[in-house]
Amino acid sequence: MLREITLGQYYQTNSVVHRMDARTKLIATFAYIISLFIRTNIYVYLIAAFFLSVAIIACRVPFKHIVKGMKAIMVLLLVTVILNMFWTRGEVIFQIWKISITWEGLRIALFMVFRLSFLILGSNIMTLTTTPSNLTDGLESIMRPLKAIRVPVHEIAMMMSIALRFIPILMEETDKIMKAQLARGADFENGNLIKKAKSLVPILVPLFISAFRRANDLAMAMEARCYRGGDGRTKMKPLHYEGRDYLTFLILIIYLAAVICLGYYVPKFW
Amino acid sequence: MKLIVDHLRYEYNKGTQLSVAALDDVNLVLKAGEFIGLIGHTGSGKSTLVQHLNALLTPDSGTVYFDGEDIFEKGYDKKSLRGKVGLVFQYPEHQLFEENVFKEVCFGPHNLGLDRRTVELRAYEALKQVGMEDEYFYQSPFDLSGGQKRRVAIASVLAMKPEILILDEPTAGLDPKGRTELLDRIKTLQKEAGITVLLVSHSMEDVAEYVDRIIVMDHGKVQYDDTPREVFSHYQELEQMGLSAPQVTYILSDLNEKGLVLDQTATTINEAKDTILKCFGMR
Amino acid sequence: MRMIDVSKLVFEYIRRDEDGNVEGITRAVDEVNLHCKGGEFIAILGHNGSGKSTLAKHLNAILHPTEGTVLVDGKDTMDENEIWNIRQSAGMVFQNPDNQIIGQVVEEDVGFGPENMGVPTKEIWERVEESLKAVGMYDYRKYSPNKLSGGQKQRVSIASVIAMHPKCIILDEPTAMLDPMGRKEVIRAVRALNDVEKITMILITHYMEEVVYADRVYVMDKGKIVMSGTPKEVFSRVEELKSMRLDVPQATLLAYELKKAGLPLLDGILTRKELVNELVRLKGQK
Repeated sequence: MLREITLGQYYQTNSVVHRMDARTKLIATFAYIISLFIRTNIYVYLIAAFFLSVAIIACRVPFKHIVKGMKAIMVLLLVTVILNMFWTRGEVIFQIWKISITWEGLRIALFMVFRLSFLILGSNIMTLTTTPSNLTDGLESIMRPLKAIRVPVHEIAMMMSIALRFIPILMEETDKIMKAQLARGADFENGNLIKKAKSLVPILVPLFISAFRRANDLAMAMEARCYRGGDGRTKMKPLHYEGRDYLTFLILIIYLAAVICLGYYVPKFW
Repeated sequence: MKLIVDHLRYEYNKGTQLSVAALDDVNLVLKAGEFIGLIGHTGSGKSTLVQHLNALLTPDSGTVYFDGEDIFEKGYDKKSLRGKVGLVFQYPEHQLFEENVFKEVCFGPHNLGLDRRTVELRAYEALKQVGMEDEYFYQSPFDLSGGQKRRVAIASVLAMKPEILILDEPTAGLDPKGRTELLDRIKTLQKEAGITVLLVSHSMEDVAEYVDRIIVMDHGKVQYDDTPREVFSHYQELEQMGLSAPQVTYILSDLNEKGLVLDQTATTINEAKDTILKCFGMR
Repeated sequence: MRMIDVSKLVFEYIRRDEDGNVEGITRAVDEVNLHCKGGEFIAILGHNGSGKSTLAKHLNAILHPTEGTVLVDGKDTMDENEIWNIRQSAGMVFQNPDNQIIGQVVEEDVGFGPENMGVPTKEIWERVEESLKAVGMYDYRKYSPNKLSGGQKQRVSIASVIAMHPKCIILDEPTAMLDPMGRKEVIRAVRALNDVEKITMILITHYMEEVVYADRVYVMDKGKIVMSGTPKEVFSRVEELKSMRLDVPQATLLAYELKKAGLPLLDGILTRKELVNELVRLKGQK
């Protein structure tokens, strides 16, 4: 049952974002994330919010799915907000006893919230609209120039792809092994650190052996299907840019230009 | 030893749209010395049920009583329960990890907190019970053949001296002779040690040959709980559930249809042979 | 020309102990002769350790002979230049359903073989569609393999091999890890592909019931071929099969026991229908 968990949380719908080339999405997401960290002010975040909203609407994925990952970092966000709000020096707005809230603190806290949430929402949109195999294809393509300096691009992409394929299977196997050892009276909870580490041996040894066995079988199966490395291979789902990709790149350039202008040249309001 | 399963209910993917009742109000009583077969198609709930019997899974409602005590009550010693309710998973050789066979089999009794002498004595006994020759005791378990590895894994559970031994598809992947040898050994063990054995299996022929009682599960519910003879007489209903009766059941039923008058209740080759010979006036 | 021609095949490997010293030599395959014509369905039967899987791995050049020759579609497996052609002609399906699926989505796995062969994109899609339809898994093409049953996964693997347009398919114990329903699905697919598409099938197994539909059966024991013939011929030798750790279908065993007890049944009963008809015939004679 564990293996039925879908990795990468791909959400199946037909939207212009889904149909975009994986490389476009990868580059756009990367550029977007960087834009959140360079010299920022409130204008930049407003524009960033605007573009994020456009992406959210365009991708046609229900909002609750996009926000799903946020629950995990709620605690982190809260801690960041509190720390920054109360511990930053600056112009004091409010003061109870010894604890003060400053404009600076408020500003930094707010920006932190924007940064983290936009980063997560932005990445979520990418993983929700791109299948894992599409993603690895995109990465392989983007990394191709590195071949010139002898980086084994195809092999890395193939490894990533196989790893993604086997993670659910290995997770399920770990669960099975754990249960089998528990059935023999193993104890993974009690004891000091050393004892707990030792108790992992009956899980790790069989798991590693199993992983090697699978790798061996898989290699044989790949060879039996004429796999001999990246040379001479064609692609079933080749990547190619369409009009919508070029448009997205254009919008991206405009966005980055706007961010740089607003970030560096417009006098700071806040 | 008495295991009572009381209104057990367990759901997968609780609270989501994909929620599935893996166990739907299951009630059973397992007594000492019985040799029981548990059959059902993939997804019928057999593995889920069996993992509740030694508290590896916790039910959503209902409970299990071992010798009168509720095993899911707070403070119940689950480790000691697992020493009494021994569970051998499918492909148990995948759990082997020790440097040698003997140490592997000592793992179980050692975890129960027994003293060194008792642990070693039990390990020796268990290995003998599965027919392992002395020369293999100090070899790495990974150097053994598939069938030998499996016997070591079973010995490692036997070494805890369980009162009930549950085996999930113990013959999976073995060749015909390997299957017969293993099941014969388990039957001998059951008789000699007087323990209860619960055999979870897909193979009707295997089950019919060895057990005294068959429990049939389908979609999380117990559909039949009776002698093999009784259960296989419902072969048409079994087929609806994606199961089948042993070949001999169909052979005898076909013969009956074609006019040969004979007793259809045989479930093994020997019984079928006798029935047919009788019909030809040769017994 | 013969599709497969194995002549005096010997495969030995060196056994080493923990320190790497030579312990001895094991002869996994011992002077095996075997052949197969295009379009045939042959089965290789043997207990675990009989050498059948080792033999199978010679047929698509995964292993090379220590002695003897293996010719696949006329090509010698020892010829380095022909290895990839051989692997395209002789596809292989393995025992573990999970460990031979490479793609994260069914259609991607089926396309993996053609991709390796450099087949143009458009043709890959055509092959994927026809292969999946041939095994009845076209509706599942966008599924993740993790959501499939064992029988379905094996059918996908068969499709992945078909997509390479092989002349023959070798199946190495494809049903050993499946439940009865899964086993039926896979054998049904194998028979259909052999009957309809006329693909040569070589089935390696230890399940007797799967072998009754083969054209010819080879039985292996301790690395040697000890019996060969049609299923009827081979299964009538019940005692010999039992001594080799093998079994026969229940119908055959029952017929054998009845014969031993004095009923004059015909030889070579393989299925329950045959047994029932024979018994009815005998009863009618009385």
